[in-house]
Amino acid sequence: MTLTNRIRLKLARAQFDVDVDLHLPGTGITVLFGASGSGKTSVLRCVAGLERAASGFVRIGDAVWQDDGQDIFTPTWRRPLGYVFQEASLFEHLDVQRNLEYGLRRAARSADRSALEEAVDLLGIRTLLQRRPQALSGGERQRVAIARALATQPRLLLLDEPLASLDLPRRREIMPWLERLRDQLAIPMLYVTHSMDELSRLADEVVVLDKGRAVAAGPVGEVLAQGDLPALADEEAGTVIQGVVLECDARWHLARVQLPEGSLLVRDNGLAAGSRVRLRILARDVSLTLDEPTRSSIQNHLPGVVDAVMADSHPAQALVRVRCSGNTLTSRVTWKSVEELQLRPGLAVWVQVKSVAVIA
Amino acid sequence: MLDHHAWQAIWLTLELATLTTVLLLLVSTPLAWWLSQTRSRWRAPISAVVTLPLVLPPTVLGFYLLVLMGPQGPLGQLTLALGLGTLSFTFTGLLIGSIIFSLPFAVQPIQHAFESIGPRPLEAAATLRASPFDAFFSVALPLARPGLLTAAILSFAHTVGEFGVVLMIGGNIPGKTRVVSTQIYGHVEAMEYAQAHWLAGGMVAFSFAVLLCLALLKRKGASVVR
Repeated sequence: MTLTNRIRLKLARAQFDVDVDLHLPGTGITVLFGASGSGKTSVLRCVAGLERAASGFVRIGDAVWQDDGQDIFTPTWRRPLGYVFQEASLFEHLDVQRNLEYGLRRAARSADRSALEEAVDLLGIRTLLQRRPQALSGGERQRVAIARALATQPRLLLLDEPLASLDLPRRREIMPWLERLRDQLAIPMLYVTHSMDELSRLADEVVVLDKGRAVAAGPVGEVLAQGDLPALADEEAGTVIQGVVLECDARWHLARVQLPEGSLLVRDNGLAAGSRVRLRILARDVSLTLDEPTRSSIQNHLPGVVDAVMADSHPAQALVRVRCSGNTLTSRVTWKSVEELQLRPGLAVWVQVKSVAVIA
Repeated sequence: MLDHHAWQAIWLTLELATLTTVLLLLVSTPLAWWLSQTRSRWRAPISAVVTLPLVLPPTVLGFYLLVLMGPQGPLGQLTLALGLGTLSFTFTGLLIGSIIFSLPFAVQPIQHAFESIGPRPLEAAATLRASPFDAFFSVALPLARPGLLTAAILSFAHTVGEFGVVLMIGGNIPGKTRVVSTQIYGHVEAMEYAQAHWLAGGMVAFSFAVLLCLALLKRKGASVVR
C-alpha cells in the first residue's frame, strides 16, 4: 500500500503550537489520540479547511488541498470529504431523507444515488428516513450524520469525537456501526478521540498527540505496547492483540483464542469459532512470575521475555513491557516487585493475565 | 360609522405598512447577516446606528429627514436634479421615513436568529459541498425563519402604529399621506369622538391580534427547536 495521503500542519494555539506530519494509509481508521486540548480537533478542522493552518500541506490521493509553498488553499466546500461533528449537526429544517440528499445533490459525482442507498444500509437507518432530526435519539442522529457524509462519496472521512456527546448505552449502540465502516469502506478515515475504548476497538493506525506534537505513530498494537507514553499511562494503560477463536466451551462459557505464542481463555459472549477477535488486556490485569504458575486461579499464562521496565504515572508503580513472540503485553507492578524479582530486559518470565476483554 | 376618509386612511396605512415590511426585509436580511457574522471594528458603530431609531423621539428623526429631503437638503437636491421633485410630503418620502423608523424592529430579530444558529450548521453545509452563498439560502435562511417572521410582523405593526414621523414628513395630506393614526388625531382635534372611537378601537384590536400572533409563534418556535 502506498502512502499517498500526507498531512503536514503548523498552527499557533494559545498554549502551544501544533506541528504534525501525518501519513494516512489508503483505507482503514487512523485514530488521532490525545487528552482534551492536545490539538486533535484543530488538526481535523485544518484538514477539512474549516480553519486555515499558518503553514500546511494536505494531499489526499492525487489532490492537493493545501500547499502554502504554492499558495494553494481549496475552500472546504470544494474538498471531497465527509465530516462528522462531535454533536449532532443535522439540519433541523429538513427530514432525514433530505438531510442525506443535501450533500448528494451538491457532490461532483452527482445523481449517483447508489452511494446514498449503500450508506443508508451500512448505518441501518432506512426506517428513519421520514423522521425529523428532532425526533431522533442521539445515537440515531450520529448515524444519520455519518450516512449523510458518506452519501457524497468522500475521499476522506473525518470524525471528530462522534461518540463524545452520547451516553454509554448510545455509544455501545453505535460502535458496531463504526466497526462496519472500518471493515467495509475503501477510504481513509481520520478519527479523533480521547477514549481508550474507542481507540482500542476502532483503530488500525494511531497517532498520539501531546501538546500539538505527534509523540507516537504506527499500528495500534505497536503503539499501545510502548507503554511509556504519558498520554497512555493512566488507569487504562494496556495493549490490544488480535487472535482467532479456536473453540468454544459450552460448559464453562469460555472460548479459547489462539495467539502466536499460545492461547487465552476468554468469556464467551457468543463468539464463533474461526472468527478474528481483538482482545484488550489492561496492564493492571497482568502480573508476572518467574516460574510457570501451576496452582493458580488465573487460567491464562504465557511465556515471555522482559523488553523494558518503565516509569508509570504513580511513583510506586512500574510498567513492564513483555514480548511474547509476536505480541507485546504490559504489566503494572510495583517498583518493590521489580527489585525483588530482579526484573530487567532479557529476563524470561511468565505472564499471568487475570482478565481479558473481547472488544471486537 | 366609517366614512370615505377613514377607509382611505386605512387603505393607505395598509399599503404603507406592506411596502415598508417588504422593503425592510430585503434591506435588513443582508444587514443582519453581516452584523451576525462580521468581526469588523465597524460592527459596533453600525449596530448602534441601526438601533438609533429605537431610542430617538420620532420628531427628531422626522425633523432630520425633512431637512434631508427638503429643497435645501442633499437628498432633496439629488431628487430635484433627477427631476423627481422633493420627497417631503409625498408617499415615497413617508415610505423612506417608515423604513428607517422601523429598521431596528426588523434587523434585531433577524440578527438574533442568525446568531442563534451558530457556526455549526454552516460548517456542516460546507463539508457537504455547499458554497457560502448556497449555504446562506439553503441553511441559514430556513433556520432563521422564526426570526424573519417576527421581523415582518413587528415591522408591519410598528409602521401601522407610527405617528410622529408621519406627521413630520408626511404632512397629513388626505389620500396621500394621511394614515389611521393621523386621521384619529384629526378627529380628536375636530371633537369627532365617535369617529375617533371606531378607528382607535380598531387599532387596539389589531395590535392585540398582532401581539397574540407573536406570542403563539414564539411558543411554536420553541417547541420546534426542542
